[in-house]
Order: sequence, then C-alpha cells, then structure tokens
Amino acid sequence: MSAQADNRIPVRDADGAEPLLQIRGLKKRFSLSGDFLDQLRFKKGRLVRHQEHVHAINGVNLDIARGEALCVVGESGCGKSTVARTVMGLLSPSEGEIHYDGARIDHLSSRKLLPYRKRMQMIFQNPYASLNPRMTIQQTLEEPLRLHHPEWSRAQVIDKVTTVMQSVGIDPDWGKRFGHEFSGGQRQRIAIARALAVDPEFIVADEPISALDVSIQAQVLNLLMDAQRERHLTYLFITHDLAVVEHFGTRVAVMYLGTVCEVATTATLFDKPRHPYTQALLSAIPRLKDDRPQHIRLSGEVPTPVNLPSGCVFHGRCPHANARCKQEIPALVTQTDGTRVACHGVEEGRL
Amino acid sequence: MSTPTTTTSTPGRWERFRDSYVWYSFKRDRTAQLCLAIFLCMVVAAFASPLIAPTDPYDLRQIDILDSELPPFWIDGADDRYMLGTDAQGRDLWSIVLYGTRVSLLIGFGAVILQALIGVTFGLMAGYLGGKTDAILMRLADIQLSFSTLMVAIVVGAVVKATLGSAFYSQYAVIMLILIIGLAEWPQYARTVRASVLAERSKEYVDAARVMGLRSKRIMFRHVLPNTLSPIFVISTVQIANAIISEAALSFLGLGMPETHPSLGSLIKAGFDYIQSGSWWITLIPGAVLVVLVLSINLLGDWLRDVMNPRLYKG
Amino acid sequence: MALLEVSQLDVRFALRQGEVRALRDVSFTLDRGERLGIVGESGAGKSVAAFSLLNLISRPGFIAGGRIVFDGQTLNTLSERKLRKVRGNRISMIFQDPMMTLNPVLSIGEQMVECLKAHRRISSKAARAIALDKLRQVQIPSPEKRLDQYPHELSGGMRQRIIIAIALLLDPDIIIADEPTTALDVTIQAEIMALLLDLCEQHNVGLILITHDLGVVSQVTQRMLVMYAGRVIEQGPTREIINDPQHPYTQGLLNALPQMATPGEKLNQIRGSMPSLAKLPSGCAFHPRCDFMTRQSGEPRAACIEQVPGFVGTGSCRVACHMVAEMLEDRRLKEETP
Repeated sequence: MSAQADNRIPVRDADGAEPLLQIRGLKKRFSLSGDFLDQLRFKKGRLVRHQEHVHAINGVNLDIARGEALCVVGESGCGKSTVARTVMGLLSPSEGEIHYDGARIDHLSSRKLLPYRKRMQMIFQNPYASLNPRMTIQQTLEEPLRLHHPEWSRAQVIDKVTTVMQSVGIDPDWGKRFGHEFSGGQRQRIAIARALAVDPEFIVADEPISALDVSIQAQVLNLLMDAQRERHLTYLFITHDLAVVEHFGTRVAVMYLGTVCEVATTATLFDKPRHPYTQALLSAIPRLKDDRPQHIRLSGEVPTPVNLPSGCVFHGRCPHANARCKQEIPALVTQTDGTRVACHGVEEGRL
Repeated sequence: MSTPTTTTSTPGRWERFRDSYVWYSFKRDRTAQLCLAIFLCMVVAAFASPLIAPTDPYDLRQIDILDSELPPFWIDGADDRYMLGTDAQGRDLWSIVLYGTRVSLLIGFGAVILQALIGVTFGLMAGYLGGKTDAILMRLADIQLSFSTLMVAIVVGAVVKATLGSAFYSQYAVIMLILIIGLAEWPQYARTVRASVLAERSKEYVDAARVMGLRSKRIMFRHVLPNTLSPIFVISTVQIANAIISEAALSFLGLGMPETHPSLGSLIKAGFDYIQSGSWWITLIPGAVLVVLVLSINLLGDWLRDVMNPRLYKG
Repeated sequence: MALLEVSQLDVRFALRQGEVRALRDVSFTLDRGERLGIVGESGAGKSVAAFSLLNLISRPGFIAGGRIVFDGQTLNTLSERKLRKVRGNRISMIFQDPMMTLNPVLSIGEQMVECLKAHRRISSKAARAIALDKLRQVQIPSPEKRLDQYPHELSGGMRQRIIIAIALLLDPDIIIADEPTTALDVTIQAEIMALLLDLCEQHNVGLILITHDLGVVSQVTQRMLVMYAGRVIEQGPTREIINDPQHPYTQGLLNALPQMATPGEKLNQIRGSMPSLAKLPSGCAFHPRCDFMTRQSGEPRAACIEQVPGFVGTGSCRVACHMVAEMLEDRRLKEETP
C-alpha cells in the first residue's frame, strides 16, 4: 500500500525545520457493537463475535509547522473533529502516532502528558457548553493557572487572570459572574482566555466561530488572529466554513470521509483546487458577488463511515472516477508546487 | 473595547436567589408554600418534642396504665390532661406522636443521607469512568434492586437478632433501620446520578477540564457533580418520603422500632388492634400525621421537579 | 395589490420580567412569485416574524397589533378553522430541522397522503400519485422506494428535500423557509438552495427566506429586509442592498464577512453585541454600536439616542437611520439652493 510508505517519510518543511506537530498514519475507530454480550450473534448454527466500527479517520498524515494556522475543512462526519480531539488526547488513536516537538505524545499517561497540556490548548465549538455553569469566570480562569503553576501566590494568579481577561476584551470586574450571564460571543472570549491563560504555543480550535452570529464571528476571528500575532501561536483550526479558511489559514487540509484529500497553502488551494472534491466544495460557497453561481453538483450522498467504499472514498460521487479509483486507495502525492493531492486522476495527469 | 451590555454591578448570592426562577415560581405556587410550611412545622415540632410535649413517653414513671384508651378532646369522656387522648398503655398520644415523628424523620433523613453517599459516589464513578467500572457498579445496582427493602430488612433483622440478641437489635433499632433502608435503596440515586453524569460528560466544559490536565477525581467532584445537583435534589425529596414510608411499613410488620421507642409506623401498628374496640384514634392520628408528612414532602418534590427541569422552563 | 401585505406587525411575549416586544412596526409586502429574504442575527426577530405570519406564535407570545393580509383575508383575525385552510395549503413552511415537520413513526408516503387528504377531497391512490410526482420534482432518486421509508432512514439532505416536496404538495402560493439549510453541509446546502430556487421559479411560488447567511440571500432572493432588535432597518432590492448598503448595521454585517476582507488582514467587526429585547437602548436600537452616531464634526447626533428613526428612501431602498436621513436632507437643501 502506497499510503503506508508515506508514513515513513520524514517530512520536513522547505527550510528544513522540524514541524511542531506531526500526525502519522492516524486511524480512529469507534465500536458500534456495544459490550461483549451484545456482540455475540448466531450465524449458521454457530455463536460468533460480530463487531461493527465507525471508521472516523483512516490514515491521516499531517504536519503543522511552527507559527502557521493549518485549517482542516470538510463536511460533517469527515473526521475533522476526531483529528482535533485525538491530537489533544481526548481520544486515543486506534493506530498511528502523534509527535509534538519531536516527542511522541499519543501513548503518554495523563501524568506524563501534563507538561504538554500547558503548551497545547483547545477552544471548543459551543460557547454555551464549554464553560462550567456552576463556576464563576474567575474560578474558571484561575483553575488552569493553579494546576500548572502551583508555586504561584494568590496575587500572582489574580494578576495573570486580569491580564488575560483584558487581552481578550473582557472586563476583569466581571470575574464574579457566571457563564450564563454572558452572550455567546463573550463566552467564547472567556473560553479563549481560559486557553490562553497558561501561555500555550499551540492551539487546537474546533469550529470556534460556527455557533456565533456573523458580526460576532468577525470579532472572535480578529481576536484569534491578534493572539496569533502577539503570542506567535500555532493553530490547528477545524471548520466547515471555507470563507473563514480563506481568510484565516496559512495552509488548508481538505478531508473527506476520514481521509485527507488535499493539502495546500491557502492561496494555492483557492486559486487552483486540484482534487475534484475540493473543487466541488469551493464552488458551493455562497458568494455575495455572483448572481447565478455554477455549482459543481455531486451525485449522491456521503457514504456512511461504517462500511467504507473500496478504493478512493470519493469515487461514488466523483464525476471523474474510473476503474482504478474503485479499487486502489490513492496516496497523497506531492505536486511540483508543494501541494499534496490524493487523487489518481491528478496523479495520472488526466485532471 | 467590547460589549458592556450587561449591568455593571455584580449581584450577590441573596440577590441571585431572589432573581432566580426557583424563588419566582415558589412565590406563585400556593401548594408549594403550604407544603413547605407544613413540613417545616412538623420538622420543628418533632425535633423540639422534648420541649413541646407535655409528658415524656419514654419515661415509664410518667405513665399511668389507668389512663389508657382515653379519647381526644372533642369526644365525651376526654381527659383535660391528654389533648389527643392516650394509647393502650396510657401514654399521651400528642407527646408520643411528636416523639414518633422525630424518630420517623430521623430514620428518613439518615437513610437518605446514606443512600445519597453510596449512590452518588457509585453513580458518579459509573457515569464518568464508564467501561468496566460502569458495568460492575450498575450490575451491582441491579442485583440490589432485585431484593426488596423488606427482604433485606427481614434477613438483616433475623441475622442480627440471632447473633447479637433482640435486646441489641431494639437498642440500636434506629441505626439498624437507617442501614437497612440506606443500603436497600442506593441504586435509585446511582441510576439518576449516572444518567445525568452521562449527559454532562459529553458537554464541552468537561473536555476543557481534561485538556487542562485536571485529574479525573477533580473533574468528577469539582466539575461534574455540581451540575448534577438538580436531579439529586429532586430525587432526595422523593427518597425521604419513600424512606419514611419504608420505615413505617417495616415497623408495622414488627421489623422496625420497638414499642418502647415508637416511630409513626409502630404507633399505627400498636393502635391497629384497638380499632375494633372503638379506640380508633390510637392508630388513625399517627396515621394521619404520616400521610400529611409524606404528602407534603411528595408535593414539594413535584414542585421542585417542575422548577428544576430546564425543559419546562424556557424564556 | 400585493399577494401578502404585512403592516405594523407588533408581537410581544409576556415573560416574568414583563412584556418583551419581539417585533415592532414590521411592514412589508410580497408579490406573487416574488422571493423575499429576511436577514438578521439571532435575536433580531426574523423567526418570530415568519411564525407570526401564520399565527403560529405560541404562548407566552401573542400578536399585539398590526395586520397580515393575504389575498384579501386578514390572517391574524381569522378563526383557527379558516386559518388551517390557508396554512399548509396556500402558505407552507419549511423549518430548519426537518424532524420538526416529519413524524418519525409514519412513512414518508403516509405523511404526504395524509397532508393531501386533509386539504382536498381525493382518493388515496390519487394522493399517492401526486406525492410521487412531487418527490420527482425535488429530484429524489428512486422516489417509489422513498414513499415507504421512514424519516430516520434518510440522510439530512434527503429529509430536507422531502420537506420541500411536502411544502409543494398543495401547490402553495407562498413558501416560508426558516433557515432551511443551516443544519446542512456546504455542498448539500448549495444543492438544496438551487433546487428551491428552481422550483419557485418554475411554479411561480413566492418565497420568504429567513436566514442569517447573506451569501444565500444574495443568490436566491430579489428583495430583502434586514432586521435588528425586532425592527426592520433596511429593505429593498437584494442586489442594491448587497452592493451598496445604507444602514450602518447592514454595512457592518456585510463588511464583517471574511470574503470582504483581504486574507490575513483584520476583519471589519461591529463592536458589541445585539441587545437583549428586554433591555433595548433608547432611540435607534443600534446606536450604542454605531460608528456614525457622531457627526464628522465630532458632535454626537442627539436624535439617534432620543428618537426611533423612521424610514427614508434612497431610490428603491428604504432605510431607518438618522444619519442617512440627514444626508438626504443635506443633499435636498443643496439642490434647492444652487
């Protein structure tokens, strides 16, 4: 399998620096079959153990360089959130490795992972669920500081909380209030403050603005970009909104049904999408300027991740699919301009 | 730079409570007000019984067997000294009902605290840790539920009486009953808590706490538990009522409080034989007290459930 | 006369904090076959507006004033029985969540036949034939099979197509679509929107599209209303508003879109957030967030704080803004005194 071979290639950036985060051959399966007793089935007079899995991600390879914002886009169920949660250790991978700053982190115990928790943080999608409703803002923001800086005095902690609240545009006097007293945008600011409190260098943002209103989205996106500039942050940014990607991302990875189909710099991807799925996705963005847009219509629906299609996962909906696409899984192949595309058509030069 | 839309002053705890939906709904709900008033009166009266009661029913010297079966004041032949009449042993019914209520409430609260301690801990662990812990604890709960409270009481009672003697059992009857009812009904708590922990665990603030690097124990008790308090409150009211009823049932069957230290249940049982002979008050008065007590707790519980169910309240 | 005429609509919610006015002075018209977009952020009142058209506001909300005239009938005073003849029959609704409309225990076919028989005297066989035809119109693959399937067996995009088929079932005059594609993926969303647009054009059906997505509105509708805090603040032809918004809020909303900014640069944000309806600012509800409240000379415009702005016209667009009114007045004065 060519995808396997790709796992072993030690990928370095153009300037030879080691990426901050490397994801190699990552797979994640979720069991659908319940516990052991539920799995037993009678088949042809024999008791057999029958297991079904959701294949959320199937062999993802990604690198994130220091200081960049890698956006992962895809439709619901493509596994983009699973990638984010696996990177953060909220899920353990079924296969594959995750390396952070040169060290493997996917198999560490929670105690050994603690130093990394300070360096990598996460921002969640739903600001209405990501703050503990029984804790005040002050308590919420103090908690990570007390955990990671047990040697700090009370004054130091309070000082830090005040600074970080100011940096996200929240009045420090509001610390005694609870999350539900704030609007969605304010809550998301607080959630960002919580992530920034421990001064991380890497932030995973899982759809951080999709639950917010348009005018608030702009505020939060600006905040994230300011934070990146001031703190030299590296982002793994998960979203389904391509307009945001175009604005925010340094590079983009497009995912479909648990696999990466194209990785490119943002400008290249929007200028010249290679993979047929990327092309369809880009054509579907509702633009303000054009009256009668020409969408690339995809036939059918996204297949279930329980029984994955053979060959290229996209072949059932792809207008350019041929016999090879139905049998052989395409590997990410690096193009001349550095874009990596997993498509037989592109590889053969017929697209 | 942004959004100073909310009011500037920070409300204190008391103001928060006054602005809360709980207080708002309580102010409008006459049933809840009445029930709380009755319940509080009964609790205060019961625990102040040594001060209020005219006689001490536990003191044999204050009892005169010649005063037995005197009727309450509204019936001819009543004695001025005994407002609600007397029982078959000549004890003042008013005093003994007060003392009996105290015993019943003590057992009810004690058993529920025990249930809650076991049930909440197990439910929290089962819900949060999941997997094998969940399977084992919940099967344990199922097994426990398949024995009725009565069966547990009979078996424990028999074993204790056989090994340590019935004098020992009577002496520690309150503690025995708390243990029996507490152990028999913890699965109710465990199941309720587990269900709401499962719902809470999938929320992002728990993930945020994990990403922060907090230990499981701290996440369970500091983050998840406070958010499952509403269902715990609701089920507690029902469980207190249930525990009081269970205790009454056990005492009525002779498995509970001895007649020298009667609870409401054993008072009903003691008076039951006299209904036929016309002294109905001996059993009906403690019976009425039991019904009013349990009913007011249950109605309070209903109100609490309506208030704390966020699905019913939107706006 | 327009097919649907809404004037001075006033909807209130009686809450424990007191009465909250969810809609104030909302007026608009819809011609036969016209597509109208209602745009606003959450809390602007756009969904309330849609629901109140068919008197679907449930307690504690109620219509406190105004008139909704549809084809000569005043809907808000109509009896429930007569209103039912309009609802679903001549005006149908598409909701954001398809499962709000679909009954999970009935098959698609049963639901469609039931709906037809409720409004028309028709045999089950004929009803089934109509249902099949509508499913073909929404381009569902193997429609015969779908009739016997249950909602949970279908994907989200497929369900929304079924909903559109059901909305079209009785050949309505108007379809009200409340965020019909928000829950769907980008590619599916584009397909559904294109389908809805085609069908409305083919059958000359009016469409009221409620959404927060300016991109969708610009592609589908001919006219649009922008709502803020329960009021309409700008209305006019969609193209004109998108290309040249007059109201500072509409400008802010459009400029806040990532596609309006240079990649990597800061987005143009509107400061603050939508006020709660219970605590609306005085005067123009947008004034605390508005950059144009102060004149170029530096003095604040008192009218913004004191007076609710009325509509002023700039061509075919109408805007409720003191700043725009002042500009127009200045221009008029200049023209009068050359």
